[in-house]
Formats: sequence, structure tokens, C-alpha cells
Amino acid sequence: MENLKRTPLYEEHIKLGAKMVPFGGWEMPVQYTGILEEHMAVRTDVGMFDVSHMGEIEITGKQAERFVNYLITNDVSRLNSGDVIYTTMCYPDGGTVDDLLAYKYSTERYLLVVNAANKDKDLAHILQYRWDDVTVTDLSDETAEIALQGPRAQEILQKLTAFDLNQIKYFGFAEIEVAGVPCLVSRTGYTGEDGFEIYFAPNLATKIWNELLNLGVKPAGLGARDTLRFEACLPLYGHELSAEITPLEAGLGWAVKFNKEDFIGKEALLAQKNAGLKRKIVGLEMIGAGIPRQGYEIVFNQRGVGFVTSGTFAPFLKKNLAMAMVDLEAAEIGTEVDVIIRGKGVRARVISRPFYKRGK
Amino acid sequence: MSVVPKDLKYSREHEWIKVDGNIGIIGITDFAQKSLGDIVFIELPGVGDEISAGDSFGVVESVKAASDLYAPVSGKVVEVNEEVIESPQLVNEDPYGKGWMIKVEISNEAELDELLSPEDYEKLLEEEGE
Repeated sequence: MENLKRTPLYEEHIKLGAKMVPFGGWEMPVQYTGILEEHMAVRTDVGMFDVSHMGEIEITGKQAERFVNYLITNDVSRLNSGDVIYTTMCYPDGGTVDDLLAYKYSTERYLLVVNAANKDKDLAHILQYRWDDVTVTDLSDETAEIALQGPRAQEILQKLTAFDLNQIKYFGFAEIEVAGVPCLVSRTGYTGEDGFEIYFAPNLATKIWNELLNLGVKPAGLGARDTLRFEACLPLYGHELSAEITPLEAGLGWAVKFNKEDFIGKEALLAQKNAGLKRKIVGLEMIGAGIPRQGYEIVFNQRGVGFVTSGTFAPFLKKNLAMAMVDLEAAEIGTEVDVIIRGKGVRARVISRPFYKRGK
Repeated sequence: MSVVPKDLKYSREHEWIKVDGNIGIIGITDFAQKSLGDIVFIELPGVGDEISAGDSFGVVESVKAASDLYAPVSGKVVEVNEEVIESPQLVNEDPYGKGWMIKVEISNEAELDELLSPEDYEKLLEEEGE
């Protein structure tokens, strides 16, 4: 695994016997004891992920807020300081550059957290459109991150901080101390569970990781991270989103705000919306035996109508499920289609998304 | 270290075969199940199907990926482990026992000589970085 970057927790992963794989230019743990076990720990108890590979890009300056709003499809102008928002960032043609979280410190300071594999591309895109009076700083190398996820996430994290975590609302953040370490903690995540994403200096990563480990938190790898986000139908760049897939087609129209000032991709997305979508992402449940995988063709009325964007055995729901991009004629809930698995059509039904939603 | 029973023969693709007269019981090795991770789906041939040495006779799917199963010998399928189709995790739990996959009537015993002994298979695992 030459030329792969390692997170500050690399040695900890090796000690725990993690299976390491290349991911987005990084050498990352795909699993420790097993994807199913790690998945269930996050759904029913608590688990943690080393997500230090994520990219962090800071936007500062008097025009920071207006510039961020120009970059992204969602609208940050209504955020309060301490709010986080999920958004996509598009090319002028409406294709997606990336999906990301935007953290608002103030109108003059934002933090964008982007996908590891897209970080360089995102940075280049942002710099290409940068306004003269904003500063763009790549903080990725100075930032480590652990995601603590699961129904017991708050109970566990509370043991490591004097700050009342009830004060951090869903999609809110605070700068607090965790295990004596200054951190940015947000109530966000990528698993469909309650939980926190904790950002801190890389040299302190081992301390926080081991404190959490000692409290019985199960380490979980990228494998479980993918099955968890899949069950919750959270999009993954390169699957449900790409330069060829617009956020509208991905079912993320709620994160595209046409009623704000101009933003990159607005015209194209508005045209797509007004013309009506031709295809969209749907959920599929296999009726026949087989596991749908990314790229498998979908056939309806003897015609190819799309492809699987993500598919696997869903560990908590115990079903073979997929998200798929299909032409509208096959997109209605209840429609039966065939997924072509190793040359044979296997029956599947369009079902509503998300597949999994945690109880309130 | 992966378990390599002494009474079996092995393919380079990590299948095992236990020979009893002209019947061969086939499964995947401990190393294979560990490499695949949690197995969640298995596709096997039907009773009466013919399989050919070196060709795919089925598919085993883990959470992350699908992998072909390669026949260590040629023959006719005489029994399929229905239990393992129902509960694929048996392959992870007991790859040489309850996790067996098919029984075949061996059509060309000479093919058995092409397979690896337990010692040779252990060497192969070492080469693969076990």
C-alpha cells in the first residue's frame, strides 16, 4: 500500500487487528471483528469510526457566508452560529462535485467537511471560484476526527466532558473539551443513529480513541460505515451522487434552494427541475434470491431502465436491498423490476426510502 | 493462522475437498472465509448438475463482494447443503464442518493428484502473506 496516507490512529488500528484497505488515498480499517457485528453495535449500542481521512476546508472573511452560499446548493443564510447543514456542491452543469457538511461559526467563518477522496478536487473547485475577499484554508492535515455513533453515544461521550451534551442539538455543534482535549463536537453522523462527530488536533487522537475504547465503545470500520449509511439511505459520492448525477436526481432536492441568491449550477438545476426529472434514485427490495451490487442493470418491460448505485445485504433489516437510479416509468413504489445478477434477471420491488429509520 | 485440516485436499483458489470413495465433499477453507468476511449469500448448483475442474460452480457473497467458487474436480452434484444456503454464516462459523457446500460424484480421479496437500496449501498461505 505505497503512497497511501495514514491517520494518526493507524497504529491503534493495527493493534486492534483491523483489516486495512486503500480508500480514497488513505490506508483505512475496513473491519476489526466483522462488518455485521460492528454494524449491529452501532444500531443497538455504540460504536466509533476513525474518520480522520475526511477533508476540512475553512472559509473566512467578511464575505465568507455569501461565498459559501454561492458554492453550495443549500442555503446557509438562515443558520445560526453553531449550526451545521448538509449540502451538495455542484458544477455549472448541475453535476455534483461533492456532498458535504457546512459548519457555521459566524457569517465570517465556515468549516466545510468534505469526502476524503474528493478533497483535492473540492479544494481546486473552491479556489477556482474563490472571491478576492475570502480566504480558503485546507485544515485537513491539522484535523483528526472520530465519529461516535449509536443509541448510547451521548451517555458515553458525557462521561468524558463536563459540558451538558443536551445543549448540542441535532445538526448543531459546540467547541468543548473531551477527555481534557479541546474539540469541535457536532451532533451529526453517517449511520442513521444519534451520535457525534468529534474533531481535534491529530496528536491527541490516540488519547481520545483510547478513552472511548476503555469505555467499551466498539471500533467500527469503513465496511460497517457503508452498510449503516446504506440502510439509512444516505447518499455516497461515487454511488448515488457524481459529476453525472445531479442532487435532484439523487433525491436531494430538499438541499437545493432555488429561492436564494445565485449559486453554481442554479441555472442547470432549475432547467432540470422545470423540464421534469427523467430518472431518480429509488429503493429496491429483492424478491428473488440474490444480492444487488453497484452497477448491476435494472430491466423493466424488457428494457434497461437503470442501474444499481449501492446494494448489499442490510445487516439490521436482514434483507437484500439496493438503491438504484431508474427511469421514472419504473420509479413508482410497488413496481416490480428485474436486477440482472450474473446474467440472470432476479425479481425486485421498488420500496420507499429510507430502509431504516431510528425510533424517536 | 488459518486452520488447515490434514485429511483434506486443497485448490489454489482456497476450496477444500474431502474424498470418500468416489464422492467428494467440497467447501471453502478457513483462510477463504476469513478473507471474505461475513458471508451473507451463497449460490450453489442443483443436484444432478455437472461441474468441471477449474470452472465456477457457484458464488459466495460477503457483505462487501461476490466471489466465484471454483470446482477442485469434475463430477456430478449428488447433494447440496441446503442448510448453508439458508444460513450462509455457517461457512464463517464452521468452514470444514457445517459449512460444506456440495457433494459430487468424482468423474476423473486423476484430477485429485493436481490438488494441493495440506502441507503445500500451508505453503501457499504463507506466500499469500498469512
